[in-house]
Amino acid sequence: MSNVEIANGNELVAEAAIAAGCRFYAGYPITPSSEIPEHLSKRMPEVGGVFMQFEDEIASVIAAIGASYAGYKSMTATSGPGLSLKQEGIGLACMMELPLVVVDVMRGGPSTGLPTRVSQADYMQARWGTHGDHMIIAIAPSTLIETYTETIRAFNLAEKYRTPVLLLTDAVLAHLHGRVEIPDISNFEIIERTQPTVPPEEYYPYDVERFGIIPPLPNKENWRKYKFHMTGLNKDKTGFPTVDSKKVEEDEERMINKIMNNIKDIESFEYYRVDDADVLVIAYGTNATAARVAIDEARSKGIKVGMFRPITVWPFPEAQVFDLSKKFKKIIVSEINLGQMLYEVQRASKGNSEIFTVLQAAGVPIRPQQILEKIEEVSK
Amino acid sequence: MGLHYELRFVGIGGQGNMLAGTIIAEAAVYYENKYATQVPTYTSQVRGGPTKADVIISDEPIQFAEATHIDFLLALDQRTYDMYKKDLKEGAIVLVDSGLVNIPEEDHKKWDVYGYPIVKTAKYDIGNVVTANILAVGMTVELTGILDKENVKKAIADRVPPAFLDLNMKAYETGIEIAKKLKAEKGK
Repeated sequence: MSNVEIANGNELVAEAAIAAGCRFYAGYPITPSSEIPEHLSKRMPEVGGVFMQFEDEIASVIAAIGASYAGYKSMTATSGPGLSLKQEGIGLACMMELPLVVVDVMRGGPSTGLPTRVSQADYMQARWGTHGDHMIIAIAPSTLIETYTETIRAFNLAEKYRTPVLLLTDAVLAHLHGRVEIPDISNFEIIERTQPTVPPEEYYPYDVERFGIIPPLPNKENWRKYKFHMTGLNKDKTGFPTVDSKKVEEDEERMINKIMNNIKDIESFEYYRVDDADVLVIAYGTNATAARVAIDEARSKGIKVGMFRPITVWPFPEAQVFDLSKKFKKIIVSEINLGQMLYEVQRASKGNSEIFTVLQAAGVPIRPQQILEKIEEVSK
Repeated sequence: MGLHYELRFVGIGGQGNMLAGTIIAEAAVYYENKYATQVPTYTSQVRGGPTKADVIISDEPIQFAEATHIDFLLALDQRTYDMYKKDLKEGAIVLVDSGLVNIPEEDHKKWDVYGYPIVKTAKYDIGNVVTANILAVGMTVELTGILDKENVKKAIADRVPPAFLDLNMKAYETGIEIAKKLKAEKGK
C-alpha cells in the first residue's frame, strides 16, 4: 500500500514526523526550513498535537526539550544560523538524555550566508556544534522518499537511545517538489521509549545499575505518575547534580557508549556498484544523487567506479571506510562545502588511499558532470 | 528509452514562474502517472529577484533533479534569460516575452525561438496581468506537446483560486491558440 503524491522535502519531513508519533513541534521559521512549521501549524491541531512558534531558536529548542521531558515525541526544525543557536539546547538534550529530533535544512554560510541556496556545510556543526564530550546521531537523506523514511528512523533512534538526533537535509531537498510514493504507515516499525514498571518511588531517570545502559523514560501517559529531576549539570542516577569524579566520568563515558555500543543498529549506508569498481566516490545527501548519475555515465564509458554513501553520517562509518581504503587506491570525496567529511575520510582511511575531491561552496548543487570529470581524471 | 523532458521557467519573483512549473509537474504526476520534479531557485527578495523553476518529466524515477540538458525554456525577463540559458540543448524550444527579452542573433541559430508579448496580452486581452504565467503554460503545452491539454486544465484548476478559474482558463486557451498560430507561421 502506498500513496502517490507530489510533495517537497519539507512537507515530507512534517508528514513523517506525524506518522512517527510526533505531537509537539516548536520552532522559529527560517528559510529554507519554513515549510516544515507551515505544514505542521496546520497538521498538528488535526492530530491533537501542539504547534508553537517561539520568539527565537533557543526558546523553541528548549520548549521541544521540555515537551520530551513531559513524555512527548518532539521536534524542532531550522537552518544553519538557527542550528548555531540551537546548539545550546542540543547539548542540554544530550546531557538530560532526552529524545529529540532536530531538523537542519542546510543552506550557505557562515552567518546568514545564502538563505535560499544549498550547502552541506553544517556537516561538522552537526557533530561538534555543542560543547563538551558527547556523541550525536545525524542522518542525511538523499531523496524525497528517504526524507520521509529517515525522519521516521530519526524519531525511532531518538526514543530508543534517549538522545537528540539531527536530520540533515538541504535547500535543494527541502524545496524539491516531486513524485513520491509514500508507503502505508503499517510498513514501519514505530519505536516508543521504554516505560518504567517499578513503583514510582523507586524510579530514577539514570539508574543504570538497575535498568541498564539506557534507563526507561516516562511517556506522556506515565509522566505525572513518575516524578523525577533532570538538569544540565553532570548528574548521578537520581538526576541531581554531582561533582563526584568517578560518577561524572562513568556517566560521560556511558552517554557515548550507549550509542557506540549499538552502532550496528544505528549505522546505515549504501554501497552502489562497488563490487568490481576501481575508483570509489564517497558522497551523502542530495549530492549523492549527482554522484549516482556521474557513476552511471562513467560506467557507460567503461570506467569501473562505485559509491559509498553514508546515510547515518554521525557516528561516521569509520570501520566501513577503513575497509574500503584497503581495497581502493583512489577515493573521491564529494560534498557541497569546502571539505568537512573529507577530514573523516582522511582519518578513517589511515593513508591507505589517495584522496581526491569534488567540493563546491557556490550555493548551487554540484553537477553530475563535475563528478564525472573527476572520475575520468583519476581513472587515467 | 522513455520520455525524459527538461523544462526551465525563468523570470522575476512575482511573475508566477514557480507556479507555472508546479502546474506542469503536477499535471504529469497526478493526471498522466509520470514521474516529475520541480526545483525552485530564488533569492531572498520576495518580489523582483531572479527566479528559476526546473521541471523534469520522465517515464522513470528522476535521479538528479536540476535541469542540465534543457529541452524547453520559458523566459519572462532579460536578466534571467541571460543567466540561465546556458544549459539549453541544441535545438531546444525557447519561448520569451518579446516585449521584455531580446534574443541575440546567435541564439536564434542554436534554438527554436518563439517570441510573443505574453505579459501585455495577459494584461490587456485577458484582463489581468497575473494570468501571464497561465497563458505561458498554455503556450508551453502547445509548443512542447508533452502533456495532454485537458490534463493540464485539471492541474490548473487544482492550483488557482476558484474565483479566478474562468479567467485563468481563458488565459490557458488563449495561450494554446497563440502558440498554434506561432507554429503555423514557422510552417510547423
